[in-house]
Amino acid sequence: MRRLLLRAVGAEEEVEEEEGWHQLYPSHIPTSPLQKALLAAGSAVMALYDPYRHDMVAVLGETTGCLALPNLRDKMKHHPEGYRILQERPCIRLSTLDMSRLRGLPDGSLGREYVRFLEDNKVSPDTRMPPKFVDDEELAYVIQRYREVHDLMHTLLGMPTNMLGEVVVKWFEAVQTGLPMCVLGAAFGPVRLSARKLQVLATELVPWAIRSGLNASCILNVYYEQRWEQPVESLREEIGIFPPPAVRM
Amino acid sequence: MAAVRLCRCRCRALLSRVPGAPRALRGLAAGPEVHFGFQSVTEEDRREKIYQVFESVAKKYDVMNDSMTLGIHRVWKDILVHKMNPSPGTLLLDVAGGTGDIAFRFINYVRAVRERQLQRKLKHHQNLSWQEIFENYQEDKSDSLGDSQVVVCDINREMLKVGKQKAQHLGYSKGLSWVLGNAEELPFDDDMFDVYTIAFGIRNVTRIDLALEEAYRVLKPGGRFLCLEFSHVSNPLLSRLYDLYSFQVIPVLGEVIAGDWKSYQYLVESIRRFPPQEELKAMIEDAGFFKVDYENLNFGIVAIHSGFKL
Repeated sequence: MRRLLLRAVGAEEEVEEEEGWHQLYPSHIPTSPLQKALLAAGSAVMALYDPYRHDMVAVLGETTGCLALPNLRDKMKHHPEGYRILQERPCIRLSTLDMSRLRGLPDGSLGREYVRFLEDNKVSPDTRMPPKFVDDEELAYVIQRYREVHDLMHTLLGMPTNMLGEVVVKWFEAVQTGLPMCVLGAAFGPVRLSARKLQVLATELVPWAIRSGLNASCILNVYYEQRWEQPVESLREEIGIFPPPAVRM
Repeated sequence: MAAVRLCRCRCRALLSRVPGAPRALRGLAAGPEVHFGFQSVTEEDRREKIYQVFESVAKKYDVMNDSMTLGIHRVWKDILVHKMNPSPGTLLLDVAGGTGDIAFRFINYVRAVRERQLQRKLKHHQNLSWQEIFENYQEDKSDSLGDSQVVVCDINREMLKVGKQKAQHLGYSKGLSWVLGNAEELPFDDDMFDVYTIAFGIRNVTRIDLALEEAYRVLKPGGRFLCLEFSHVSNPLLSRLYDLYSFQVIPVLGEVIAGDWKSYQYLVESIRRFPPQEELKAMIEDAGFFKVDYENLNFGIVAIHSGFKL
């Protein structure tokens, strides 16, 4: 309590000398509960106001994930593949991916389709924000892994990165992870969609996303980096994701 | 305990400099130790870090000022210019003037004074012919500022860039010039300016004594030094509330509005590190200024220090 009060009024040095409340990982910014609450509220408003502020979506996820993240970490710990991921801490970066090898893989394989997704949508795995406000080093890795796996979700679910595709992926992730940020994104994302898209969303895409999300095993328990050669359809079946409905996105 | 990398790969993008570690490796500190917020760094490092802070915040500087102070900073700046009470023909140097807030207010003030002067002059010329009045009006109109000029000097290119764009957008062009320069070593001759102002800038200067000496040097005899800066709140209850707001809310505003927590954390820490009113007064006197005085605004959250070169 005293530590919180000291920190609240800016007596940083006293706090640090006392207990060493310092950075747990390079991008870590320690925050008080009040600051986290303000951040959560502020980032939610800003993310709705300006959907291009992806950093705000990330901050919202970090500040509201205090229940869901330990849950996810435990799911990973109790699964052999998930446990290995927690131990080995792989990360998906352009510097660690052998892009030419992945491009050379047969069509329909995870690696080939992932690269196709990156090129079609002109995105890169390196633009993910590092975690800042998670006060546990292992949970910070879990949320980072979730962010990196998000692009692979697009590939596995066959969803593009337009607003509609993102909302569908958020529904799936909300069911899978229980992260409040996903739930909020799934609930509020559709406000910016046209009537036609909303109809497709409500009648076909969301029911499918929910069914798949409930049926599938935990998506963080898959060591994707060791499965680039596996065909997407086979991986879908293994995880338990139903084939996507044939609609125009 | 050293900060642990989150994942086992060369993720350079993730790594930010952990304070303290590189210095230890270097062995010898390169220069005397000064403060950067609550951290301890060398003078050289401090100048570089502060440059980077303002480079990063430049575009959102005005928006953030409005959000953090709920618009009250505009009143503080108005009070500064009113205290200055410039008359047409004044030559002002606004140091660390970045986005031009003081400069634009100065121009507005002088323009208003000039208009009142012209109106009074016209009132006295009641028995002139229409032709003479017209001629008078023409020659005065081209001199709406009455030879007043303001030079905005800032060490940071990004801030000057934002200032110039703002000036263009708001239509300020006459009597305004922009100079890249360091407050500790001004690129001007001695005895040049009538007034020297530094608003919310002196806190970021690494050697305040040098900046004050330079201010003394470039002012004409009879010139006035004015400094508007965050200062110390003596009232204990208010001080605690102010600290709470500063440390809990301001960095959050920085993150949400500007996507930059660290710069605003630096801001609130640097305010705490800055000398209080009496100490700054003594430093100004040491630089040679006379009749040094200060006025607290909002219980000391902000203070205006004033001095004269005689």
